[in-house]
This record gives sequence, structure tokens and C-alpha cells, in this order.
Amino acid sequence: MTSISANDDRTVSPPVGIIQPAWVRVVHWINAVAMIVMIMSGWQIYNASPLFDFTFSRSITLGGWLAGALLWHFAAMWLLVVNGLVYLVLGLATGRFRRKLWPITPSGVAADAKAALTGKLSHDDLSRYNQVQKLLYAAIILVGIVVVLSGLSIWKPVQFQWLTAVFGGYDFARYVHFTCMALIVAFLVVHVALALLVPKSLRAMVAGR
Amino acid sequence: MRRLRSLLIPGVDKRLLVKDAAKLLPDPARRRFIAGGASLGALTLLTGCDVSDSFSAEKLLVQISKFNDKVQAAIFNPNTLAPTYTEADITRPFPFNGYYSEDEAPDLDGEDYTFEVRGLVDNKKSWTLDELYKLPEVTQITRHVCVEGWSAIGSWSGTPLRDFLKLVGADTRAKYCWFQCADVDGYNSPLDMATALHPQTQMTFKFDGEILPRKYGYPMKIRVPTKLGFKNPKYVVSMEVTNDYKGGYWEDQGYNSFSGI
Repeated sequence: MTSISANDDRTVSPPVGIIQPAWVRVVHWINAVAMIVMIMSGWQIYNASPLFDFTFSRSITLGGWLAGALLWHFAAMWLLVVNGLVYLVLGLATGRFRRKLWPITPSGVAADAKAALTGKLSHDDLSRYNQVQKLLYAAIILVGIVVVLSGLSIWKPVQFQWLTAVFGGYDFARYVHFTCMALIVAFLVVHVALALLVPKSLRAMVAGR
Repeated sequence: MRRLRSLLIPGVDKRLLVKDAAKLLPDPARRRFIAGGASLGALTLLTGCDVSDSFSAEKLLVQISKFNDKVQAAIFNPNTLAPTYTEADITRPFPFNGYYSEDEAPDLDGEDYTFEVRGLVDNKKSWTLDELYKLPEVTQITRHVCVEGWSAIGSWSGTPLRDFLKLVGADTRAKYCWFQCADVDGYNSPLDMATALHPQTQMTFKFDGEILPRKYGYPMKIRVPTKLGFKNPKYVVSMEVTNDYKGGYWEDQGYNSFSGI
């Protein structure tokens, strides 16, 4: 009996074919490059007037000095924003967001978080995200939107003063922008670590299957 | 810096000339302080790339920065006013900022001072400080936003630049008002005409109700609340109304030229 149910399981699990469609892979890697450039140049910009009692080592910043870092930051922003808009539009239009990230329930997140921490989470079907993944991916999309908008509010605190006001004024908006960066970096650490732990997920994001 | 600029000869490629000069400077950090294209050599301090590796990246970044100038000019709304604040919001003490220290700041004699007006204007007369002080005065409390990221709220009094431009018969269809300053390196900065005509752009003679102190640009500063701080020149000694883009102290070193906020 047990062997039969195991066979049954196998017939419903991994759908053959593409796990990550081409457009997802393209925007993913463009986003990866844009984000890294934005983060490293952003650290150099931060160093010109630090918000906290630390600066970033020059070995991990981009641009060499403030003007160089600003050139990188305000160039890569176009890549980040245009690519991000393509992702949002296609994610909504193709139904990917609804299919992949919905629904998220607190009990489901709790159950999957427990399963992950006790090493019982299944990675058999990479086309389906567990509840923790759904939550993190949905959250990081929101953080991505906020990092762009808070950045815009710092860049144009006169022209877009209503937006700057939404983020609590110019000085507070800098903290919002920094916090979003910190969340993205934290996400990145976990995201990369897990991709390396489950290499076939990395393969799916490169080759599609 | 001044010596380098005086070396620039019409017809000689400024970029190449400055690039050659840059080779003579051993410390890469010093290259940052050179005008023209080669100053962007500072970009090459980025992780492990040398000048030749990143030279095309530099060119691309400079092109994108020029594109960003156009985008910002399009975003700039001549009717959008910078938020104003109350006396209680003023940052005290207001920070001093410059590429020189406070005791190295230009120390101008108000008696000898003249403000020279050149270029596309009907009346090219030079203005004494007494004459300038007689112009109608308005006071604005606005936020100064530095390219470094910090900001501070200050109170500036003076006459709207657009009224002065009208007074001297400036051709306001020209592209720029180009300002020169009295500091040792000859600080200068171009201001696009749309911003020069913005109602809050001001020829400033007072800070916080007092005659502009030396550290804030005595005797005259151009206060532009719609621009980053480095586009608010201090110790201003002349203005040229021109259609030519003549560069600027920080602009030539890679800072975005429009730098609107």
C-alpha cells in the first residue's frame, strides 16, 4: 500500500517543462545587476553623510567617490525602474502573481516556517512556492516599490514634495530609503544562501527547468 | 585649478589636455579635483578597474547624466514652490560647507566689491554693494539640500533674481546665467534660465536677518531652493547671461549639472 501511494504522489508532482518562463529569468537577472549596482553605489553615497555611526568599507562600494557613485546610482535607477515596471506589468497580466504568490495565510506561513526550520520542507515541485516563499517574495516586491518611491522623494523633494511628505519629509525619507536597502540586503543574503542550498532552483532561474 | 584653466587654449581638446595633466598627479584622489573629462578618472577607483578598463563605462555614465539633465528640466515646474518653514524650524547653527575650511573662506571687502554683469544683457554696468542693498528685499525660509545627503533649514533675504534680470534687460530666452565666485579656485556654476526665473531664486545679501556672514558667502550668494546646495554659489562676483554651457566647478568633476530637487 505504501509503495502505491508513493507512486501516486509522483504522478501528481513535478510537472515536466518550464519552471521559470523566459521573461521571468530575463527580468530576474537584469534586476540582480541593477540592484547590486544601486546598493553598492548607494553605500558610497551614504558615506558622504552617514545616517548612523558607521560607514561602508570602500572595498564594497561603487563609484570611488560621491560624484562617481551618484553617476552610477542615477544611471542604474533607469534599469531598475524600467525592468521593475516590466516585471510588475507582466506579473499582473500573466496572472503569475496571483498563481504564485496567492493566497498567503498566517497559519500556512507558520506551518511552512516550522517545516523549514525542522528540515521537513519539500523542494520537489519548484514551480510551487511554499507559504514562507510566497510571503517573502510578495514582501520584497513591496519593499522594491517603496525603495524606488522613497528614492524619488529624496531626489525631488521640491518637485514631488507631496511624495516626500508621504515619507515623513526629506530627512525621514532618507531613513525609509536606507531601511528598504537593509531589508533588500537581508533578503538577498537569505535568497542567495537558499538558492545555493537547493541548486536546482538556481538552475531553473538560469535554464528555465 | 586656476592655473590649469588658464592653460586651456581654444582649439585644443580640453579633455586630452586635462588628461595629460592628470598623469602628472600621482595621488588618484587629486584627480578628482581636476576640471573636465579626466576628473572622472576618480570613477576608476571602483573595485580594481584601471583607467582603460572603465573608460567606456565613464563615457556611458556621463551620457546618462546628460540625459538626466533633460529629464530633470522636463520635471522642473516653474510654478512649483519649494516648501517654506517658520523661524522655529531654522537649523542653528546652520552648517558651513565648502571645499575649503571656514578660515580659508574668501574674505571680501564690501567697500571694494562690485558685481559684474556680462553677456546678453542691455545694461552691463557693475553694481556696488550699496546699490545692491537698495534693491527690494524678500525673505524666505527654505530647506537647503546638500548633494551629500544632509539638509538644513535657513532664512535668506535678498532680491528675486528674475526681477534683477528684468532690471538689467537680460535676454531671458538665453539658456544660462553663469556665476563666478571669488574663492581661490574660481568656483563657478551655470544656472539654467528656467530656474533663474523661478520666483524663489534669489540674490541673497542676508542670512537669518543679518548681513550675510563670511562663512555663508559675503557679500552675495545665489540662493536656489530648487537646486542642490552646490548650485547655490557663494562670494558671487559676476554673472554672465549666455547661451553657451560653460561648465562649473563641481559640474566639471562629474556632479550632475542640472541637480534640481
